[in-house]
Amino acid sequence: MNMNLNRRSLLTGMGALTVSVVLPGASARAAVFGADKRPALKPENLSSYISVNADGSAIGYWGKMDMGQGTDLGVAQMVAEELDLPIEKVTVRAGDTATSVNQGGASGSTGIQMGGTALASAAAEARFQLVAMAAQHLGIPADQLTVNDGVVSAKADPSKKVTYGELIGGRYFDTQLEWNKQIGNGLFVKGQGQRKPVSEHKVIGSSPKRRDVPPKVLGTGDYVVDVKVPGMLHGRMILPQVAGSTPTAVDESSVKDIPGVKIVWRKGFLAVAAPREWDAIKASRQLKVTWSEVKPPFVGNKGIYDYIRHAKVQKRGVEQDDGNADEVFKGAARIVEAVYEWPFQSHASMGPACAVVDFKPNGESTVWTGSQKPHYARDGAAKMLEIDPETMRGVWVPGPGSYGRNDAGDAVADAAIMSKALGAPVRMQGMRHQGTGWDPKGPASIHTVRAALDKDGAIIGWDFHSKGFSRVDVNSNESELHDTLAGQLLDVPLKPTLAFNVPEESYGFKAKRKSWETVQPQLDRASPLRSTHLRDPLGPQLHFASESFIDEVAFATNTDPVAFRLKHLTEARDVAVVKTAAEKAGWQPRTAARKQVKGDIAHGQGIAYAQRSGTRVAVIAEVEVNLKTGKVWGRKFTVAHDCGIIINPQTLSLTIEGSVTQGLSRALHEEVMFDDKNVTSVDWQTYPILDMTEAPESIDIVLINMKNEKPTGAGESAMRPLAAAVANAIYDATGVRLRQAPFTPERIKAGMA
Amino acid sequence: MAKIELNVDGKAHSIDADPDMPLLYALRDDLGLRNPKFGCGLAQCGACTVLVNGEPVRSCVTPVDSLAGAKVTTLAGIQTDGKPHKVQQAFIDEQVPQCGYCLNGWIMNTVSLLEKTAKPTDAQIREALTGLKCRCGAHVAMLRAIKRAAQA
Repeated sequence: MNMNLNRRSLLTGMGALTVSVVLPGASARAAVFGADKRPALKPENLSSYISVNADGSAIGYWGKMDMGQGTDLGVAQMVAEELDLPIEKVTVRAGDTATSVNQGGASGSTGIQMGGTALASAAAEARFQLVAMAAQHLGIPADQLTVNDGVVSAKADPSKKVTYGELIGGRYFDTQLEWNKQIGNGLFVKGQGQRKPVSEHKVIGSSPKRRDVPPKVLGTGDYVVDVKVPGMLHGRMILPQVAGSTPTAVDESSVKDIPGVKIVWRKGFLAVAAPREWDAIKASRQLKVTWSEVKPPFVGNKGIYDYIRHAKVQKRGVEQDDGNADEVFKGAARIVEAVYEWPFQSHASMGPACAVVDFKPNGESTVWTGSQKPHYARDGAAKMLEIDPETMRGVWVPGPGSYGRNDAGDAVADAAIMSKALGAPVRMQGMRHQGTGWDPKGPASIHTVRAALDKDGAIIGWDFHSKGFSRVDVNSNESELHDTLAGQLLDVPLKPTLAFNVPEESYGFKAKRKSWETVQPQLDRASPLRSTHLRDPLGPQLHFASESFIDEVAFATNTDPVAFRLKHLTEARDVAVVKTAAEKAGWQPRTAARKQVKGDIAHGQGIAYAQRSGTRVAVIAEVEVNLKTGKVWGRKFTVAHDCGIIINPQTLSLTIEGSVTQGLSRALHEEVMFDDKNVTSVDWQTYPILDMTEAPESIDIVLINMKNEKPTGAGESAMRPLAAAVANAIYDATGVRLRQAPFTPERIKAGMA
Repeated sequence: MAKIELNVDGKAHSIDADPDMPLLYALRDDLGLRNPKFGCGLAQCGACTVLVNGEPVRSCVTPVDSLAGAKVTTLAGIQTDGKPHKVQQAFIDEQVPQCGYCLNGWIMNTVSLLEKTAKPTDAQIREALTGLKCRCGAHVAMLRAIKRAAQA
């Protein structure tokens, strides 16, 4: 056993006297356990994850953060469970480089799956250490002790007890964990403490309330836009009208009437700052700038699919190739084929990004950011400032919701440049046209899907191929200058990653190939169409194609879409979500579009399903299509969701509701418009999202709690199949097969014409 | 610059500001209030909403010198005696917000709606809140909360 009596305090502190007289059953405070200062913030130190306060409550330090889905509360529940504490006694501190190690930030729906699991493992070790301390303190072997609500007592005599607070409250664990040597999402640690069996769970599976909700609702909480630092200047970026153009002359006299205005111009980077925010905004509008003449870089949104179709392939990936698809297709009796198209989409966060950087050349610099990845954003800011990241602190403060790599990381880079140039703390915030127009975008893509059938109509081959812009033209990790707009404006060498994804499912087609190709961006530097992760990187577009096509093949073979899925799915949990959703929604089998019309309204029901990193989800959409206007209402959704063991059913349900609603918005409305010069979707009129008048009437959610399975992610899963479920429902209502998103009235009317 | 008098959340303030400056910047920067948010600056989203004499107003496009004698109320000012407004309580009970950045618009417009229509129908709620934006997709939770507040 690795006891953690602290030598230094034994030798030097008052505690030395105390410990020397501790006898079995003595009630003396055992404050000599642990360290009096928090050990270095290293991944192998238990203190980097868990500490116990003087009152016996505990803190979990989480190197991720929560965007408002309650993931931090879920992590607190996992920690409370392993520590045998009520949830009220556990808080989680997140996203601060001074208190937590880098667990990757919010990334790939791994908050619970990886980040929470690592903290639960650390908490299990903390409990193990606390029981060992109690064993020594009470003079009773550890196996004869029990823990309840942070009190360790003798099983045989509950009066022999000691609290966590008495053991180590206000001090710090000084033992180590086995660390898997990974930083970021993959970080995992383990000690001697074993995690509790599911049968003993008290906190996991319950629905305590989120702690961030009251301050948000009462208007008393801080967001990143509320950070104020003494001497802080407010800044605004100035970006070109024609993408790719750079300033050639800046007329400083044009803003000289504005008090305290400063101009920072370096190559393509141009920004203004002023002590008052309104003055900075006025200066950004008033400053006279001459821009270089450039050839307009874009084909326009109408031409984007032709561009992709004919663009030179940069990289090809084959992620599955079983059973010699080419040969199978050659010998097929019949081939069904369809092509699906998905546009660029914007994060369009509720507020344009904001960041504050306080550069201190001879002290600790700080960045306050709403970025999903505050540790990486800090590293990026330090790189921009040309300082050692260890001399800079990154503090996450809630921002407007982000769902991947939005504009938050760009604001960090902007603020770093400005703070260094002006020798003052600088708060940079975008204007709306920048937040929507210049944020990194979810990529546009084309998906070609083919099925080979034998003479009896059985599926013998499946070929899914995507061609589109890389999902990480700018990486979601914000630690590199080439992945930020400012870095690209400053001419840093580009280093795009070329990657795409494939659908995740368990259909048991014998010959099956899933492949992709990425194409060159139209403008490779400082583009308003930089492509990157947008909630469920590529999931909505890939599964729009794959799950629409499943319906097409089902109908082509005279099979009900639910029956088709149940016939071909090979994993029991996938079968379960499809069956559950169908039963809950009252699925009506059909082998052709039912076209149920009352007056001007056609009613339809459609299903789609997907896996996502272990999670499985099936969605049934019920839509109403107005045959006169072409407008679609996603009236009712039924979701069957299996993400392993459920930590908090209420936050899970609300997260799924959000995914459904945002997914519906993307399916019905969202397409980034651009002409040859620039993005023209620059506000909520030109980039409309779902309105309250279009919100679903109900979202029925069936949570399948797989208590013996590990928890997997839920932040993005329900969005994956959503667009396909809506498209399949529109087909059922109208007989119109939509193969291009979003499903606008124009496209529906064109389909019906 | 001009001297401008403002009455916000029951307190009188006097600031020096450009008369054309939108109220939002006076609230955030001169008065140091945190909750009205910049979302668009175009009156398209509602994140900056405050009540002016009880009516919801988009502070991002309201000139600061247009408020002489008016009572401005922010999200933090609608509590009474330290108790959340019933709309706030319903939003808490239903755990509505995700990022919460948009809440000013939804809550302030709902407060105003329930003042006029104590028991609104589903259709009346949707119509009253049309045009407001929520990017996280909390719409359905909001409808539940608003119906709960109307019952309170």
